[in-house]
Order: sequence, then C-alpha cells, then structure tokens
Amino acid sequence: MTQSVSRRNFLKTSAVAATASAAGISLPGALPAAAQKTDAIRWDKAPCRFCGTGCSVLLGVNNGKVVATQGDPDAPVNRGLNCIKGYFLAKIMYGKDRLTKPLLRKKDGKYDKSGEFEEVSWDEAFDIMAEKWVAARKAKGPKGVGMFGSGQWTVWEGYAAQKLLKAGFRSNSLEPNARHCMASAVGAFMRAFGIDEPMGCYDDLEHADVFVLWGANMAEMHPILWSRLTNTRLTKKGSEVHVLSTFENRNFELADNGMVFEPQTDLAIANYIANYIIQNKAYNKDFLDGHVNFTKTPTDIGYGLRGTDPREKAATNRGKGKLSKISFEDYAKSVEPYTLEYTAKLTKVPAEKLEKLAKAYADPKKKVSSYWTMGFNQHTRGVWVNGLVYNIHLLMGKIAEPGNSPFSLTGQPSACGTAREVGTFTHRLPADLVVKNPKHRAFAEKIWKLPEGTVPGPKTSEGKTLIHAVAMHRALKDGKMNCFWVMCNNNMQAAANMNGESWPGWRNPDNFITVSDPYPTVSAIAADLILPTAMWTEKEGAYGNAERRTQFWREQVSPPGESKSDVWQIVEFSKRIKVEDVWDAELLDKMPEHKGKTLYEVLYANGQVDKFPYQKGTVKDDRGNEYNNHESEDFGFYLQKGLFEEYRRFQYEGPKKGHEMAEYEAYHKSRGLRWPVIDGKETLWRFREGYDPHVAKGEGVKFYGKPDGRANIITAPYEPAAEPPDKEYDLWLCTGRVLEHWHSGSMTQRVPELHRAVPDAVLFMNAKDAKKRKLRDGSKCKIQTRRGELVTRVETRGRNKPPEGLVFIAWFDANRLVNKLTLDQTDPLSKETDYKKCACKVMKA
Amino acid sequence: MPTGKHAKGKTVSRRRVLSDAAKTACGVALFGLAVGLYARPSRSLPADAVRPPGALPEKDFLGACVRCGLCVRDCPYDILKLAELGEGVATGTPYFTARSGPCEMCTDIPCVPACPTGALDHTLTDITKARMGLAVLIDQESCIAFQGLRCEVCFNVCPVRGKAIKLEYRPNKRSGKHAVFPPVVYSDDCTGCGLCEKACILEEAAIKVMPIRLAKGELGRHYRLGWEQKQKAGDALVTPDPEHKYNLPEGLRYDHSGRGLIADEPAAPRTGSALDTLRKGIREAR
Repeated sequence: MTQSVSRRNFLKTSAVAATASAAGISLPGALPAAAQKTDAIRWDKAPCRFCGTGCSVLLGVNNGKVVATQGDPDAPVNRGLNCIKGYFLAKIMYGKDRLTKPLLRKKDGKYDKSGEFEEVSWDEAFDIMAEKWVAARKAKGPKGVGMFGSGQWTVWEGYAAQKLLKAGFRSNSLEPNARHCMASAVGAFMRAFGIDEPMGCYDDLEHADVFVLWGANMAEMHPILWSRLTNTRLTKKGSEVHVLSTFENRNFELADNGMVFEPQTDLAIANYIANYIIQNKAYNKDFLDGHVNFTKTPTDIGYGLRGTDPREKAATNRGKGKLSKISFEDYAKSVEPYTLEYTAKLTKVPAEKLEKLAKAYADPKKKVSSYWTMGFNQHTRGVWVNGLVYNIHLLMGKIAEPGNSPFSLTGQPSACGTAREVGTFTHRLPADLVVKNPKHRAFAEKIWKLPEGTVPGPKTSEGKTLIHAVAMHRALKDGKMNCFWVMCNNNMQAAANMNGESWPGWRNPDNFITVSDPYPTVSAIAADLILPTAMWTEKEGAYGNAERRTQFWREQVSPPGESKSDVWQIVEFSKRIKVEDVWDAELLDKMPEHKGKTLYEVLYANGQVDKFPYQKGTVKDDRGNEYNNHESEDFGFYLQKGLFEEYRRFQYEGPKKGHEMAEYEAYHKSRGLRWPVIDGKETLWRFREGYDPHVAKGEGVKFYGKPDGRANIITAPYEPAAEPPDKEYDLWLCTGRVLEHWHSGSMTQRVPELHRAVPDAVLFMNAKDAKKRKLRDGSKCKIQTRRGELVTRVETRGRNKPPEGLVFIAWFDANRLVNKLTLDQTDPLSKETDYKKCACKVMKA
Repeated sequence: MPTGKHAKGKTVSRRRVLSDAAKTACGVALFGLAVGLYARPSRSLPADAVRPPGALPEKDFLGACVRCGLCVRDCPYDILKLAELGEGVATGTPYFTARSGPCEMCTDIPCVPACPTGALDHTLTDITKARMGLAVLIDQESCIAFQGLRCEVCFNVCPVRGKAIKLEYRPNKRSGKHAVFPPVVYSDDCTGCGLCEKACILEEAAIKVMPIRLAKGELGRHYRLGWEQKQKAGDALVTPDPEHKYNLPEGLRYDHSGRGLIADEPAAPRTGSALDTLRKGIREAR
C-alpha cells in the first residue's frame, strides 16, 4: 500500500470529512494521517504453540505486547492459514491468572508440605529445592530425583535438562510427557529402521492417491494437514480416503471407506492386509530381496501394569521385545490366520470394507500414505501395531518416496524436535544415541568434556537407573523417588490413574514436587513449589515438527512479573548444586579440575556453551529490529546458541548419521528446514537415492539406520486388551481431544472464545446406549471405572458418534479429571500409556 | 487524536449550541412518536429477539400469550425472559437472545406444555421441528472458515448435526494446496435455536439467528429446481432416454450422462524383456 495521496483524493476526503463533521459524524476513514502511522506493529515469525503440524505465524508486537497474529502466508506448511487455536494465539499469554512469582507451600514462615502457597523469591525457591534435591540424590541414588519435561520444551530447554540430569545429577530419571504421546512410534521406528522419525514429509499429502488414517482424528487434531489432505481428495482424480477408528469421528465426513472397529483389533486388520498382499502375490519381491529382513517379536508380553497385577504375573514374556530372524515363508505363515472372514468377525468391520482397504494397499499403481497418532501410539501393543503398518508398506515397497509414506503424526509442537531428537527420555541421549550403549555414553561424555563414567549406565553400583514416566509416579508413591520437577506440562491431569498413582505420589509427605508453569494448572495445585514460567514467544525458541522441520523464533515480548523461561530455570538452578554434592569422589578424581565447582560451571560455562558472546543488540532481524534475550542477558553469553551448537556436535561427530542440522543463524532466516540438512540442502524423503544425501549413487534404497541397510518386517499377532468390558463395567472408555483445546486446556481454556465454544468435556455416547440407561442428550451422567468416577453430560448427537458399547470423552477439562478413570496400563515395550481402552459403566447422576 | 478531545472539552461554539438545541427538539418529537407507536401492540420483534419453540406467528402469538411467565419458569437453562418496557418486545412476552443465551433444544421441550393458552403450540413434540428463526451466515467476509481457517465451531455445536449446518468442501485457490470448509445453513432443518450464534468465536458473530421472514428468500413460483424434483419423485419426471450410440475412433468411449468422452488407458510400452511380455499372457497383450 502506498502512502501517497493524490490531490483529487485529498480534496474528496477533505470534502467528505468536512461534511461529516458538519453533520456531527466521525468517519473511520477520516482519521488524521499521523494516527495511521503510529499504529506501527513489528511483525516477526514463530511456529504455532499448539500441535505437531508446525504452522508458522507472524506475531504483531506493539508497545511490548503481542497485539495481533496472522497465519504466515509464506510458510510452506500452512500458507497463511490457521486452525481455531492458531487464530487465538495472541491471547494465550495474557490469561488473567498468569503466575508471576515463585510460590512455596509454607507454614510459620517455613516450607511445609501441608502449608499454603506463599510468594517467595527465586533465591528462596531454589535454596529449598537444591537442599531437597541433593538430599534425595544422596539418600535414594539416581532414581531419588526425577524430572518430567515436555514435547513443548524448546530444543535447548530439552538439551539443557538432558545435561543437568544425566551428567549433572548423574541420574537417568529424565522423561518427557511425549512418553504418553509417541513413545510407541519411536519404538517402532527404532525396531524397523534403526533411526527415529518419518522418512516422508507433508508433501506426501499432495503426492499420494490413497490416504489411510489409522487411529488419527486428523480432521480435528491436525487441522491444517487435514485441509491439505482434503484438497488432494477434492482435486486429484482417483484419490480415496480410508478411515479406521473405534468410533465415528470427523474424518468420516470425507471418508470413501469409513471403518469402525472393535478396540484393539487394529492388530488383526493390519495382519489381514499383509495376508491379502501375500495370498495375491502382490508384494514387491525385488524390494523385499534387496531391503528387508523378516523377524518376529516375543508374544504375551503383559500390559505394563505394576508387577503385582495378576495380568502381569500371567504373562509369559513380560516386557520382552528381542527380535529373532525368520524367513519370508515363516512370516507368510504367521499372518495366514488373518483371513477376511476371521478378521471381519473379530473386528466387526464389514468384509467388503476390509477388502477395499487391502486392495488399495495391494494395487501397485496406487501411491498410499498411512497416517496415525494416538490411536496407534496409546496402545498396549503400540510398538507392534506401528510395526504392522510398516510391514504392509515394506511388503509393497511403498515407502520413502513421494506419496508412498507410512507417517506417524505427533501431538506436541516439538515432540520430534525436542523430546525425540534431543532424546529427553530416560534411555536416550541426543541424536538417537542410547544410554545402554557404553560407546554412546562415552561419546556424550567426550562432547560434554566430562570424565568417563559420568553418565550412568542402566545398571550401576547404586542400582538400576532407567525409569519411565508411568514408573516415576509409582516410584513417588512408593517413596523411591523423592524429588520431582515437572516442567512445561500438566502431568497431574495427563497421567493415567490419578487417584491410584499420581495424586498419592505427589502428595506423599516424603516428596518435594516442583511445577514450572505459566498458569495455575491442576499440576501446580498439586505441587509444593510453583515456578512462574515465561512461555512461547517470551523467550527465544526452537521447535521441530512431525516432518523433521526445525523452526526458530526470537523473543518477541518480555515475560510478566518475575517469570523466567524453562532454560533459565534449569541453568540457574545448576548454580545451586556443587559437583561434590552429586558426584562421588572417584569420578571427581578423574577430573580434579572440576573440584569445588558448581554444576553450572561444569555443564554450561564449560567453554563451549558459553563461547558465543551476547550483548544488547546481538539478536536482530534483517529489517534492523532488535530483540531481547533475557536469558543471555542474565548469563552473559548467547545461551541458546551455545546449547544448540554443542548439541549439533552430536549430529555431526556422533556414531549415528542422519540427524544433521544447519547452523544456528540459518534457522532465524528461514521458515524451518527439514533435516538432515547437509551443505545447506534439506531432505524431503529419506533412505532413497537422490533425495537423501546419505544414500550413495547406485544404492537405490538404503535403510542406513540398520547396520546391514535393511528394514525389519516384524510379525506380531492380535492379542486382547488389558481391561475389556465385562458384565459390571460394560462399556469401552476411550479418551482423547477436541479441535478447540490442546495441551490439557492449560492455555486454550483461558481463551474466552474457545472456552465458550467447548466449555466442558461431555460424554459422547451412542443414543441406544443412552436410552438403555434412561439417559438422553444433555442428561447428567456418572462415568465410573474401577479407579474413579466423574459427572458430566451425555452427548448423543455431537461430532463423535461412538458405536454401541463404547463411550468417548476428551481430557482437556480441568473441572473433570478424566484420568481419574483411566488405567495406568502401558505398552510393555514403549512404556507409553494406553488411554484408549479401559472398561467403564455409565449411569444417571 | 488530540483534536477530537479538545473539541469535546471546554469551548462550545454558537453553531454547536444551535445544533444541540435542534437535536433535542427532534429527540423529544421522536420519543413522542415512539410512545405513540408503543401504545399499539408491537407487530414485529427486534431482529435479535427470538421467541421460544412452538411460538405461533407473531401476530397470533401476541393475541394468545397472556404474559404469565410459566414458560420462563420452566426453562431449565434460564434463557427465556419476559420483555420489559422499552426493550422493543411487547412487554411481558417471552423471548431469548441467541448470542447471550440460546435455546438448548431440550428433547422434552418443557416450555411448551407449560404454556396455558397455546401461544406455544402444544402439537410441537419434536424439538427438531421447532422453527424459532433461521441461522444466517450473514458475514462471509469475516467468517474465518470462509477464508480457509479451520474453525467450524458453529457446525460442531449445531444440535441438528450435519443437517442444519453442513460444511462444504472446496479447494483453497489462494493457497493452492489446502481446502476451505465453509459452513452452509439449510433451512429445512435449522430450528433457529441460536447455539451457533452464541458459539461463534468472532467479536461480532458472523452467523446470526434472524426471524424467518427476514432471513428467507423465495424462489419464483414459476420455477422448480430439476435435480430436487427428480430426487423428490425418486425418478426422472420424463422417461430416461434409450441407450445412446456414437461414432467414435477406436479406444474411445462416450458416457452419455456422466464423464463424456473417455480414453481407455494406453497399453504400457513394451520395454520389458520378451519373457516378461510372454508371461503377461494373452489378456494384457491386447
């Protein structure tokens, strides 16, 4: 838009204005020119705070406040669009109840677990925390302390936490909430391909002919990707959409082949398709000969419950997952029982629908992309079922090329970028390295300039060290873990079996629970110390989305009150811990120069992380705007850059290739780059010659995550769920999400319009089931499981239409804690909770 | 805007005094007129006031309603209120405002049997048959769904789900790779409950419940929509044609009522080995 005004226009405008003022009217267009100019909004880019899609937005800042946002029209993922959550991003940081000061439970001026929250200084907060942490580490060993982070952490927050726990406290008790979210996907990637994350990218949405959604309500949970899929379905001749779910969701509105199956029987459906492909000799023999090994996995592995549970005692191979090689013929035989007739009967899906799906996969002319999210991952056989879909793609050779893509979607904005790539799990180290491999530990110690043996292995003289998310709550309840720091997530609301494990664990008098959050969440209420936290664009950050795209943003506005970002909290806290407090003398003797130092000096001011200088004005965009960076200002060096550049050494110098990223500044200039990024070039499809720089000329396809370059087909059977409905608890209970709320509702429920759109979690129920219980739409009802109960209203005509025998409820609602109902069952391999299947009963309330 | 503030401040011009005096005079005259009009029973509701389910046509309703307030008492969601003087609705009659409190569409419609006079029609027993008004997507420019954003809140809250409001699916020509999901209201099923208007996430709702007389157009009586007539009749109104035959070059077909000219897929080029060709057999050799 040009500012110049022609004479004619000027005269016209003044004439109108004069007339208007004579008539006593003020015209919006007749503002003085100066007033228009003072509306100077600074625009800069950032990825959306919500889901794993990774839409980019532009933030408009005026007078230190985000006053507006817009979908970034130049972002390749969303091209200016947003979903309804993205539309309200400008409001998420300005909820009325932001936490602005540290709060500690106190009585008579002293910390007291049964006291009330009182405002304290950061010094007091960290003093008490350090005291508790050092004591717990000394008394209870590496599992005595634990940290529960997030797939919403920025990349460097995860990296800083990784160092603090594994190298600083020498404890592997670090987990992200991503454990609840995509651990099964990771498990399956590692088993099949030896390297994490999808081989394809979002461009598959335009290249595929056939889309198969396996337990992914993409229409609501990945709204912008759904928009792309829909466009392909509308504009591409012959394209088709197959949808599998345990209830009818919004995907079915577009589905050409919608299938509602009996919970847990997706295992059988995937095996039936494999059997169909083999029986019809449709498989790609060349591909199998060149690139695939056949294996089987132990069966009857239990349900990840406490060892005292009879279901665990009955399991013959509890928690086992070691693969053994088999032949193609063995494999074919293993899927032979999954005939069309058997599968249709077991799954309750009409045979012709199953066959239509199998034909789509088996047609060599059709490019097929499969998508899944929580339906597959939150599954007591999650790793298996992820793998069963890879089996189908591998059988057909429909993988790692445009349009042929098995694609695991993620829920959180940086489940990939932070939790998985940085490896903030108990068993992982950055860039796909693992704790159990002594060479990987030694490599990490080398990069971190720490003595050999700093990072504890799975077994140490102080006991076993690996502990997953669900086990952490159990350990808190049992008093084996005494300090727990929950950051950037809401695990009291999110973890299963709240009454049985989470609440008694957190409120155990022996335990000291710290929660870092911008808002008073359910977790904050259950904590002993609350640390007010700077969120999203109140700090410099980086997220990695589901298509391997790393996106950066600069600090746009200052955090309110005394709020501090997660990375600041981690690094500042490390100043309180002396190396002698947490390392034994033997280890310290290996590097006596560290004696008397704090963890801050050993981990962060180590000559690497602190090597990039910072002063006001260091962070600038190419339009000359300057940005704050509160953390770097406090510590005196460019903290985020230092952490990122040290992390990158894992990608370039480590024993596993394929995770390479570009240098720090490149990401501030682009709207994300898809790794591996080598010589400035992004990778769209991995494992395929020409697309992937790690596949040499002439190799064609190479699954280089595995030593022999071959992917694993892993056979696994159908096995029943842990708690199917019975006479008393006669319904399946499935939990999940809605389009309008994300991340336990901690941000979205503070946006009045989103709250108005979906104020409460309602119980989606089949009208016939409702009628049987003398309930109707809108009736108050009580949902009861063996673990707890809650009251809500029945919804029989809403967006989700369950079949008879199943009810669905979303868990975002802080007023209805759905995880009082759920069972803390996990996939014994991935340790990810199955939130989709337990038994309940529903009655009039 | 300092100029505006100053003008409102201290100085009062002669011109201002005169104009204010004139405005006051006009205002008094208008008020008189309004009181006069009000004295007669008001015939038309303000556009944002909606009558309870089953309300007779406005004129008959005003005749039948005894202003007893029983429907208001029996509304479990407390959305109905009795009009007070100056609200533009005949005093003492029940109404609701969709944006602040829409009808929740109780399946047993407690307000209707509560009505002692039949001003709310007792033959209404199925709430989906109520016609309190008609939702109109009144501003497509500000509705974010029309711009391709994934909102669809009105569609999601609609109690006559998938019928009264449907999403259309069309490609987003601007972005080139996304779709647009605009909501469209269907008057055959919309009850005018107003849940969509209440839930609309915009500052000012883009979808609003209007009185049917304002919201609804009418097709000229001389015209029918052919495809709808055919669907209603269950068959063509005029017997379909016998099979058509066409002069066509080899390899082409013509689909009379569907795709038109169709070229069969060309045979794959013979690039494989002789054995491959032989193994394919006679059917594919064509």
